[in-house]
Amino acid sequence: MSDMLRQIEPVIPALRRYARALVRNRAAADDLVQDCLERAVRHWQQRRDDGNPRPWLFAILHNLAVNQFRRAATRGKHVTIDEAGEHEIGQQAAQEQKLIYQDVLGKLAKLPDEQRAVLLLIAVEDLSYAEAANVLNIPIGTVMSRLSRARERLQQELDRPADIPSSNVVQLRSSP
Amino acid sequence: MSQRPIAEDDLHAYVDRALEPEREAEVAAYLKDHPDVAKRVANYSDQRCWLRSALAPFAEEPLPPQLNLSRIIQGQHRRPSSFRWAIAAMLMLAIGGIGGWVIRGATQLPAGGIAALSQEASDSYQVYASDRTRPVELRDSTELAAWVSSRLRQPVKLPDLSKSGYRFMGGRVVPTAHGPAAMYMYDDDRGDRLVVLTRPMTSDQNAPMAPHASGNVGGFSWADDGMGYSLVGPGSAETLRPLANEIRKQARSI
Repeated sequence: MSDMLRQIEPVIPALRRYARALVRNRAAADDLVQDCLERAVRHWQQRRDDGNPRPWLFAILHNLAVNQFRRAATRGKHVTIDEAGEHEIGQQAAQEQKLIYQDVLGKLAKLPDEQRAVLLLIAVEDLSYAEAANVLNIPIGTVMSRLSRARERLQQELDRPADIPSSNVVQLRSSP
Repeated sequence: MSQRPIAEDDLHAYVDRALEPEREAEVAAYLKDHPDVAKRVANYSDQRCWLRSALAPFAEEPLPPQLNLSRIIQGQHRRPSSFRWAIAAMLMLAIGGIGGWVIRGATQLPAGGIAALSQEASDSYQVYASDRTRPVELRDSTELAAWVSSRLRQPVKLPDLSKSGYRFMGGRVVPTAHGPAAMYMYDDDRGDRLVVLTRPMTSDQNAPMAPHASGNVGGFSWADDGMGYSLVGPGSAETLRPLANEIRKQARSI
């Protein structure tokens, strides 16, 4: 049990980051992570490899998120946009930086779900291509092609003029 | 330097620092000669930095109480494991009770079916899994398999759950209203015990896997080609689904 604690606990911050990047709403993301942890604890004995539990935890979280997307899609509703790291960067000097980050996250959100997931797992969460293929349950070739498309697509978005002065910030401020 | 052409995959692996040093040097040399590709690769590296910086604050936020892992673990070790499961179990019992009452008048359920099997398995679990002195009669798997095969009048193979973290403890023949059944018991490192009950079916010769719950135990039952199987363990049925699938797979491969 203490072994389980020792192995899972250090991964929680990364799980939160991944969940947050997928659903963009703090409460919804933390609910997903909580579900993920409960499942991980219940199924700890049944995990396949005794090595690194990170990909296994990401796989659980990812599947929960996908199920939630499906439910949201059938309801025809989209997740709300949340404030992005407002607590951490509040000073005026950091204001510009913060707007750039918000812009990047806003543009990331425009990618199709499956491209976004691949890009996050590899570029942010440092999973290997093989681990990402396991998490997403797709062949490694598909991982590579999705990664390629995700980067190309995100670059197109980034090359457009920033959304900063218009919709994004206004939307953020007015969201509850 | 090798003559392998640079592929799109190499460019991504270069950005993700996933290349062997030699190959990385080759890609770097290639990029020096191809400024347009180099520009694209630089953009992808920038993306990587921006994404990491933009998302970093989320990983640094203090964990809310709901994500306290020690508490989650404690919550699941208490029996009934959590309030949610207790409610779920109560609902299932209520639905089962009402459903059973409604169905009772219309169609009498076949007495030897998997509902009966589930009940027998739960009863065996309650009696034997809680027994700290002599939970099983035979611990030797070869001896047990021979005994069970002769009593059930067909060859049986004992399910092996070691890959799922459950050790085989042994088993015994137990009585049911539908003749002798074999009970096998397993435990894991925490001492949690599981029971598998199997016997020839008098009805429901083939039945899909279905969850069942009774009190604070749950599990799955199914029937294949005249043999019924029921898996019972502490807590909710759903946690046992992978194990039930494993047992069914092994039984089918006899």
